[in-house]
Amino acid sequence: MKLLRELLFPLAAVVAAFAVGAIVVLAVGDNPITTYALLIGSAFTWPDGIGYTLFYATPLIFTGLAVAVAFRCGLLNIGAEGQLYAAAFMTAWVGILCAGWPAWLLLPLCFLTALVAGGFWGAVPGVLKARFGAHEVITTIMMNFIAVALASYFTQYHYKPQGDPILETVPIGAGAHIARLGRFVPGFPERIPLNLAFPLALLACLLVYLFLWRTRWGYEIRATGANPAAAQYGGIATGKQIVLAMSISGALAGLVAVNEVLGYRYRYYDSFSAGYGFTGIAVALLGRNHPAGVILAALLFGALLRGGLFVDIFTEHVSKDLVMVLQGIIILFVASEALFRGLSRRRGKGV
Amino acid sequence: MNIILILLASAVRQATPLLLAALGGLYSERSGVINIALEGLMLAGAFTAASVTHYSGSPWIGLAAGIGAGVLVALVHGVACIRFKADQVVSGTAINILFLGVPALLSGALFESTGATPQLPQGQLMPLAPIVLAFVLVPVTWYVLNRTPFGLRLRAVGENPEAADTAGVNVARVRFAAVMLSGALAAIGGAYLSIGQSSLFARNMTAGRGFIALAALIFGKWRPVQTMLACLLFGFAEALSIQMQGVSQIPVQFIQIVPYVLTIVVLAGFIGHSRAPRALGVPYQEKR
Amino acid sequence: MIELREITKRFGDVLANDRVNLAVAPGTIHAIVGENGAGKSTAMRIAYGFYGADAGEILVEGQVRRFESPHDAIKLGIGMVHQHFMLVEPMTVAENIVLGIEPGSAVALDLKTAEARIRALSDELGLAIDPARRVEDLSVGQRQRVELLKALYREARLLILDEPTAVLSPQATAEMFAILRRMREQGKTIVIVTHKLSEVLDISDEVTVMRDGRVVGHRRTAETSAAELARLMVGRDVLLRVVKPEAKPKAPVLAVRGLSLTLPDGEKRLDDVSFEVRAGEIVGIAGIEGNGQTELIEALAGLVDVGAVSGAIELQGKDVSALSARGRRARGVSHVPEDRHRRGLLLDFDLMENSILGADDRPPVAVGPRRFWLNLDAIRRKTEKILEEFDVRPPDPRLPARSLSGGNQQKLILGREVDQQPKLLLVAQPTRGVDIGGIEFIHHRLVELRDGGCALLLVSSELEEVTALADRLLVMRQGRIVGAVDPGRTSMEEIGLLMTGGSAAA
Repeated sequence: MKLLRELLFPLAAVVAAFAVGAIVVLAVGDNPITTYALLIGSAFTWPDGIGYTLFYATPLIFTGLAVAVAFRCGLLNIGAEGQLYAAAFMTAWVGILCAGWPAWLLLPLCFLTALVAGGFWGAVPGVLKARFGAHEVITTIMMNFIAVALASYFTQYHYKPQGDPILETVPIGAGAHIARLGRFVPGFPERIPLNLAFPLALLACLLVYLFLWRTRWGYEIRATGANPAAAQYGGIATGKQIVLAMSISGALAGLVAVNEVLGYRYRYYDSFSAGYGFTGIAVALLGRNHPAGVILAALLFGALLRGGLFVDIFTEHVSKDLVMVLQGIIILFVASEALFRGLSRRRGKGV
Repeated sequence: MNIILILLASAVRQATPLLLAALGGLYSERSGVINIALEGLMLAGAFTAASVTHYSGSPWIGLAAGIGAGVLVALVHGVACIRFKADQVVSGTAINILFLGVPALLSGALFESTGATPQLPQGQLMPLAPIVLAFVLVPVTWYVLNRTPFGLRLRAVGENPEAADTAGVNVARVRFAAVMLSGALAAIGGAYLSIGQSSLFARNMTAGRGFIALAALIFGKWRPVQTMLACLLFGFAEALSIQMQGVSQIPVQFIQIVPYVLTIVVLAGFIGHSRAPRALGVPYQEKR
Repeated sequence: MIELREITKRFGDVLANDRVNLAVAPGTIHAIVGENGAGKSTAMRIAYGFYGADAGEILVEGQVRRFESPHDAIKLGIGMVHQHFMLVEPMTVAENIVLGIEPGSAVALDLKTAEARIRALSDELGLAIDPARRVEDLSVGQRQRVELLKALYREARLLILDEPTAVLSPQATAEMFAILRRMREQGKTIVIVTHKLSEVLDISDEVTVMRDGRVVGHRRTAETSAAELARLMVGRDVLLRVVKPEAKPKAPVLAVRGLSLTLPDGEKRLDDVSFEVRAGEIVGIAGIEGNGQTELIEALAGLVDVGAVSGAIELQGKDVSALSARGRRARGVSHVPEDRHRRGLLLDFDLMENSILGADDRPPVAVGPRRFWLNLDAIRRKTEKILEEFDVRPPDPRLPARSLSGGNQQKLILGREVDQQPKLLLVAQPTRGVDIGGIEFIHHRLVELRDGGCALLLVSSELEEVTALADRLLVMRQGRIVGAVDPGRTSMEEIGLLMTGGSAAA
């Protein structure tokens, strides 16, 4: 019963957002019904629709988990974008530096790099908050810009192939490549970039769930987020929990690198992220900061990203920005959902 | 000598949108409402000003429309945060995300473009007025904050809303006014970008300026004059990076990150104690 | 001057004011006394227009008035000085005083006129406040005088002061009283809400005593005594008798020597506290809330910044003053906090996750290398055991803690702390907000624990409770231990006097 209620609010927010979106589509001069049909329909065709939907959902699962873990500790991690960029670049860098290494060595190394780089980029704001009380919202946003700028610098000046007009690095070693799912699924072409990072993302969800609810550290993180005074009373070192949560959060965001660098482009590609870090916020909020919810929300937004491309091409007036608009409205509604909660509780008490 | 003058002029031009947005943020944050949505508000102002100027032929009407758009969007943020006690950061982020998409969507419909508005002729631009406005607003803001009843109440509400409430001040009303003011000013800042500095609106043309303005505000310890200095500093860094593109040894990215690193340093308390308004970010629950 | 008739006010389940009748004569200083929770502040907030009464009426100078907000009260000349200052620290005195009624125009705040007027008022009464100074630079006593000026500036003729001397030193109190007397000479009417009997006798002309939301007595101060007031304030029908076998204390478990706690602004919350608690005994700390008991417990539990504490805390002979909260728990200290919602529970978590708070780093709860994994089975069994042994209802481990009643929440907390088999149990306000049945149960378990060899330190502002349970009783006032008595042989009045600072001869 409680599960039903938990699902109801996000669903209501999504439906409401689509309703507002329909008005926007009308205002722009297109037919909402055909637009939405295109949006949703193109996301679920086989193999391309589903393939790309899942491919886009993969980084969203990682960033959604990242933001969710931070939220559980009472922290707003707006820095998933920077964390994933830092990790992506560092992963590519290792893949380039050790290009000749065999797969059994290089792959784990790159994977580890993604975790550590992302984790570090998340730990810095964590320490700043725990030690100095610096608000993590501002520090993570600043770290975003710094990460993008630094990655861009290194790419442009040190790792770009000669004469290449695109801002990207040289390719990483073949040993670091991750297989596309097309290799394992019959009837699924390998040209679709959906790769092993997707099952990894699902695994990450399971691990995050186990961590948060079955381990002591996870419990202490959640307690710190729920009631720092009580956590302190129970002997929990809240400062350490903050740093831990931000590090894990950053590491999770960093895993986006596995999908992008190791599984798709095989290099670092400047500005590759389609706002995955920010969408991760919407995913976490919509998914109620729970791994299961994150998967569902990520699928939704992945589908929207995929469908958005089609809407962009095949409608008269509506562009793929409709997806951004829907996203923003969803977040607004979910954030104000706390109000609906409050209203229903108050009404129940009869005050 | 010539190059220095060019740099200074450029710095002032770069600082103007930052200053306008930062001053807007100042009103909002001094009243206790975090305004992360400065970026989205600037975009709203920029887009509306450019579009309406195109249709009306007058940049002043465009500016007015831009201000109207900023106030309207800020109102949404205000209602969500003040009335519905939504998390101020989440609400602000939502608005930013919205305005990554809305202008592009509308421009597609109105102008058949992928995000840009049609180019405006020279005569329909206002390159100077916003600059003057921005810098004039600095002493004006100081005066309003410290020498008018409105400013007094605003400061009280941001530091100790309960004290203000018991003194009979309507906390919600003051905060709404402050938030709408921030929307107006940020919108002017955005409008300057589209119909002052350039001649059209381009996708995401603010490029993070809303956040830099926020950083300048924090760096400036939420005070008008210091914020102005911070904006000039950041504007100078921006001007420098423009001049140096392709010319000098130092990579442009290193200059670009100066504002961000500085902000972090300030927040960590390394440069003096930056004390935010005490009630910043805390929704006020009326006691009666 | 002002009269409250049959004023009744409810907050949720609590009846804060129960048909309160109160009359204040003009030109007098009228004291309203009572313990914490007696309803004094509530009644005055209603008189000031901050709250609306559920029933009853207010008469000002003979006429019935309705107050929609403090504005209406202020217009009639009623001013209130709150216990917790309503001041904006970075602003100046003048700015704080004129907030809400700013002189001048919308574009030009006229602080000069305001400052002049404030200075005049200040000189008239000898307040010595400079309106141009920032509030954050003022001492506590000075801030209070700013609050006073706020009311006077608004031409208050009736001033209500809520616990005005709670944060004042004796010196500052004397100065405050001199000011109040001068105000009375000017014809103003003053109402003081307080629990300090010595002050009541010193300054007031009339006194009204409240208890449990009701008015229980009204006297002319000259015709009463501290003893009588204490009895009215504190005495009540004896609710329960705790059948308690004789204590058999053994070796000391807790030894506190010269414990002092100083806040960053220089305020001393604990002043050279020394005492011992032995295994097998309950040491009770009596006192009006706010006299350092909270700080004492938190300092002992390790929840206070180590730098602010000086003095020695020894657990079974070993110094633990530098040990963290977790470290102390590991040494056998358990703690039932006074504010169970803030400190003691994770309200949105279920009972299982609440039952491991404070013990989540030990087997059987935490297992594996570095105690990483939580043993869910063990947690469930532990929870079920606690729920059963401590009669927590409903005994469903999956319920969120929020859904339990106050009494059951308290039993859960006590159960989990006792389950740790502590050597020392710190208990603060164990039965606050608990129903009668729960109170009895908790008391029994505490005595049982004592007989099992545990050392208990019990803080309670319910005098009844602490005298019934404690084997030895210490009285705290203003951060100091002002008395050590045998609860079985000392009268409530004597204890009440120690608590409130009145002397026996009055």
